Amino acid sequence: MNKVNNWQPKIIAFLCNWCSYAGADLAGISRLQYPPNVRVIRVPCSGRMNPLYIIKALQHGVDGVLVSGCHPGDCHYITGNYHARRKFAIINSLLQYVGIEPGRIHFSWVSASEGGKFAEVIRTVTEDVKKLGPAKKLVKEI
Amino acid sequence: MKDMRAKKIQDIARKLLKEKKVDIVIGFEKGTLPSSATPCFIRNPDQTDRLIWNSFCGNNLANYLPKRKDKIGIVAKGCDSRSIVVLIQEKQIKREQLYIIGVPCEGMINKNNAPHDYCLICEHKNPVIYDVLVGEKVKESKKKDKYKEVEKFEKKSASDKWKYLESELSKCIRCNACRNACPTCYCKECFIDQEKPRWVGTTNNLSDIIFFHLGRIFHQAGRCTDCGACVRACPMNIDFRQFTQKITKDAKTLFDYETGLDIDIKPPFTTFKEDDKQDFIK
Repeated sequence: MNKVNNWQPKIIAFLCNWCSYAGADLAGISRLQYPPNVRVIRVPCSGRMNPLYIIKALQHGVDGVLVSGCHPGDCHYITGNYHARRKFAIINSLLQYVGIEPGRIHFSWVSASEGGKFAEVIRTVTEDVKKLGPAKKLVKEI
Repeated sequence: MKDMRAKKIQDIARKLLKEKKVDIVIGFEKGTLPSSATPCFIRNPDQTDRLIWNSFCGNNLANYLPKRKDKIGIVAKGCDSRSIVVLIQEKQIKREQLYIIGVPCEGMINKNNAPHDYCLICEHKNPVIYDVLVGEKVKESKKKDKYKEVEKFEKKSASDKWKYLESELSKCIRCNACRNACPTCYCKECFIDQEKPRWVGTTNNLSDIIFFHLGRIFHQAGRCTDCGACVRACPMNIDFRQFTQKITKDAKTLFDYETGLDIDIKPPFTTFKEDDKQDFIK
């Protein structure tokens, strides 16, 4: 019982190198407080995100996934996030359609100057995932 | 009427092969079982009378096109022609290589003489691309309840949806027939065969099975023409269309894209609009 009460979600955050990762850095240097449940994976661009990464992360047993990149129009590679947005729209709706709870998968645009927004996003994501409890669907038991 | 069409296909094929306009004609011949037709490949003009056309010619012949180098004459109904358009768009075959013998389709039937579900909601019975048309064009109509099943499913609760997915996919024996039968699953190396990274385990673990099918279905976005090849090929009768239809519906509602109608239109994932929907992004 005690184990259940102490449960903390594991959240994977895929952050784009040029904006969201720098945003997370800024949140750090600004000493902003946010939940420590998130593990960051840095990707070169949100367009680099293979949508299967999200499913793979769930398979490995994470409780929530956040994907974050530059605001539309701000992409370092000009159009990477525009392309990413289309893929995210499809994978998001497909995962909800097959029964992954909407609160598990999150997407956001966080720029390098938005340390505050980054902390806020992490707070809401963590809250949402906490409400849902541990992920059981798709987890591969080994 | 049906025999007439078979005769016409044979004449066209013979002429093409004799004049050396094509190296091979892909069409249908009589199957080994009653009420069946099987794809056939004809190189010799004298053998063209093997070609037939009836209501069992359901297979999607576009599946045999990717990466071919020779000149091909192909018999194509509505869904085949749309798959051919996808393959041309994605540069898997050149338009100049193809001589498309279009056949308007009134819907195909299964072994029990009942029409296929996907034929009942088909909106493109006439080939969208062809060099010669056999028979008269048939009347087409917009189907209002095309996505009826999808909409019904969308309203279910998350756990019910997941239960259905699990119950369907737990039947899967990982034979990969769905992938092999699909005309737009043409990758030389599929993500499930890759070793570095190893995306999917090789056992019949349910989580891996679901990963494979979700991945495959996702890859069908903007490609699936709802031809039913995966459903026909599946030995375990898994209801893939419940999920692939969602993808076609999303491509239509989110990007206003309908698969395989025009070779000059770019597929949805190779392009974008600045005002694409993004209400799901914080």
